[in-house]
Amino acid sequence: MKSNRPVNLSLSTVLAVNLKSPVAIASILHRISGVLIFLLIPVLLYVLQESLISEQAFIAVKADVLGGLIGGFLVFVALAGLIFHLVVGAKHLVQDFGIGESLQGGRLFAWLALATAGLFIIAALAWMVL
Amino acid sequence: MRNSATSFSRSGLSDWLVQRVSAYILAAYFLVIVGFLICRHEVGFADWYAFMTSTAMRIFTLLSLLALAGHAWVGLWTVFTDYVTERQLGPKASVLRLLLQVGMAIFIFVYVVWGIQILWGN
Repeated sequence: MKSNRPVNLSLSTVLAVNLKSPVAIASILHRISGVLIFLLIPVLLYVLQESLISEQAFIAVKADVLGGLIGGFLVFVALAGLIFHLVVGAKHLVQDFGIGESLQGGRLFAWLALATAGLFIIAALAWMVL
Repeated sequence: MRNSATSFSRSGLSDWLVQRVSAYILAAYFLVIVGFLICRHEVGFADWYAFMTSTAMRIFTLLSLLALAGHAWVGLWTVFTDYVTERQLGPKASVLRLLLQVGMAIFIFVYVVWGIQILWGN
């Protein structure tokens, strides 16, 4: 496929254009969160593994996740990534049905998804800390 | 028609379908787990153990692991073929991309087997 679209734009040009677009921001964060989740799956599997070994292991890993600095941080990042990926992914699933596919609709949906994901991530942080 | 050798199903339409079906499964699984944790508030070992090792949850977890495998394959393939390209990284990009793909496949395999071991191993 031959196209005349410009390629090899400088990163600053790419950022200048895309940071104005909620659709682009949601899209790149969707990708970053996906890669992040993939890399953090071992953390989640480890927590699951420990939680099912015995009561002592369950209590220890629960303390690591809810009270530990590294464990808590890793699990929170994984949880935030999952929440973001789920919410923005749900946007795509809605758009599969032809809803919010126009330029304005797409922008509105992207804003809605970003705001919703942000709210749920804050709620998740509060849930873990409190 | 040119098919990619590294995509999940060798077909864009099938990849799209795999991505969607697995997305619904993974979303449902996430909501069930989070729902359980929220409803129980203070989750104890006995409660959690009984829930996660029930036949229904074992099947659901295995289904989600397989969904994760397909979902991650399609998603990471998209990321690799968009950014690890000869245009962006030069002639070595194809080799690097293939290595990333193989590494990803091994990671996915380990995740699935580890997950099975956790839930069905004891």
